Amino acid sequence: MALDTPPKGWRSFARYSMLTIVALFILFPVYTTVIAALKPGNKVLDNPLVPDAFTLDVLKDAWTQGRLGRYLMNTTVVAFIVTSVQLVTSIASAYAFSFLKFPMKRLVFGIFLSTLLVPLEVTLVVNRRTIDSLGWLNSFQGLTIPFVATAFGTFLLRQVFMQIPPDLREAAQMDGLGHWGFMKEVAIPLVRPTLGALGLFSFLASWNQYLWPSLITTEDDMNTLQTGLRLLASSDLDKPNLIMAGTIIAAVPILIVLVVFQKQLVRGLTAGAVKG
Amino acid sequence: MQYDSSVASIRLVGVSKHFGDVKAVDNVSLDIADRDFMILLGPSGCGKSTLLRTIAGLEDPTAGEVWIGDCMVNDVEPKDRDVSMVFQSYALYPHKSVQANIEFPLKVRGVNKAERAEAAKQAAEVLGLTPYLERRPGALSGGQRQRVALARAIVRQPAVFCMDEPLSNLDAKLRAETRAELVALHDRLNATFVYVTHDQVEAMTMGNRIAVMRDGIIEQVGSPKEVYDKPASVFVAQFIGTPPMNIFPAGSVEAADHVVGARPEHTHLTSSGVAATVALVEHLGHEIQVVCTIDAEHRAIVRIPAGTEVPGNGSSVFLTADENHRHRFNVKTGLRIS
Repeated sequence: MALDTPPKGWRSFARYSMLTIVALFILFPVYTTVIAALKPGNKVLDNPLVPDAFTLDVLKDAWTQGRLGRYLMNTTVVAFIVTSVQLVTSIASAYAFSFLKFPMKRLVFGIFLSTLLVPLEVTLVVNRRTIDSLGWLNSFQGLTIPFVATAFGTFLLRQVFMQIPPDLREAAQMDGLGHWGFMKEVAIPLVRPTLGALGLFSFLASWNQYLWPSLITTEDDMNTLQTGLRLLASSDLDKPNLIMAGTIIAAVPILIVLVVFQKQLVRGLTAGAVKG
Repeated sequence: MQYDSSVASIRLVGVSKHFGDVKAVDNVSLDIADRDFMILLGPSGCGKSTLLRTIAGLEDPTAGEVWIGDCMVNDVEPKDRDVSMVFQSYALYPHKSVQANIEFPLKVRGVNKAERAEAAKQAAEVLGLTPYLERRPGALSGGQRQRVALARAIVRQPAVFCMDEPLSNLDAKLRAETRAELVALHDRLNATFVYVTHDQVEAMTMGNRIAVMRDGIIEQVGSPKEVYDKPASVFVAQFIGTPPMNIFPAGSVEAADHVVGARPEHTHLTSSGVAATVALVEHLGHEIQVVCTIDAEHRAIVRIPAGTEVPGNGSSVFLTADENHRHRFNVKTGLRIS
């Protein structure tokens, strides 16, 4: 160890201090949101950082006036459809790129991957027109179909499928399994942790979508939580903390999902990093 | 376990397998009789595994015919060939228990749960795996995993067992034990075994016939004794036997139109003969091996009993080959003359 390295205690003190400061920065808006949501509307602007009054009325108002129940249901349906279909398409395409032989496989995979470089905003207008021409504005199809296949999911799963030894595929072939059977009986069970992580990523991304739903929904019944919150913010200007309460309602389900599945998330993020 | 295999002779007729410009297997014809323990032996890259995989159906031959019994199986899927395979890596399903691994081929074939459990139990019993049925492969030793792979192969009672260097991941002691177990298993199952190895000790001790391969072709097929006693070429002579056969330069022992070979046990240090220099003396306990250099291209090893006085490194010696145990090979082709 070099002589000028600070002692271990100092280093960890500095590290934890830094982490604490960063955590405070991140948690501060969350804190103010919670405080505001739990205060009566007329007291929100007095001592905004001090929890000196408490009521659940604002949360109730946000739920009823903001129709958050309806939006929550819409968002849940959209997130579930996007996640489950994305898993299916990712598994199928990743399997094909890993285990099937077909001409120009590498080239096709390269093209597939290159779509990762195209930001959502670039395709927004074209996608909006396509959905419109299909008559899918204000529909679940419109909210979900553009997101049911991702190059990211294909790439992630292909990487883990590629780690399955070829002998295993051949052993399965000798045992009498075709591609479908091998995928179901061997490949999918072996990559389950990564599938969990991918599902969680998709769910989070879909849940937090704002731009796309705001572009293709004009009917109130088809709003998702995120677009619904915008309506809430603009409709009740005299109740500044209503939007805070709405935000909390929107965040609670995703928080629960995160807490329950955090193990999968971490495992998925590190998948492939260490040879297993 | 009562084995109920059908007649499973294998006939390869002019089989070739090319990967681009590489001829992994080149026009090989081979007959493997029903219930043979046939060893495909050769150095790395000689095409022995490719040939085995062609029999199993994991590779399609570029040319030629593969027959199992009375059926030409070129276009038959591996699962329908009545062949099972044991891989070098064992290829067990890591997420399934030992029992589920063993049962799996039967499950795929739609055998009901009770029957497959019974069959798996029997196979496990044959291979001493009963205490481990609930474990996952990850919790087993190399030898145990290897036995699970064997159990998975025998559970569906195939006519032919293909084995691709199944012992090469085991340590030396376990390998010797498992060799004997495999021979016993072959006797018990009375099935046809095709076994790939680069280890000539395995080949000599396990098989009843050996096909020695080199560069995609078969150099010799015969019983271990035939291959050892009458090697068909210089390559076979030097590949079979530890230490390998000594090959003397043409003209040094007999006439210059052929080369003479002699096993180390039939080569002697004498007062006249082929001049050589002692390069190394190895005391193995039960015997001494004297490694001699004849010229830049030729080396010879002499085995002498332990306790005999031996010349030191660098000494000049003379070598002779037993008159009755000489092997003669064509200088150009390397093929056996007598």
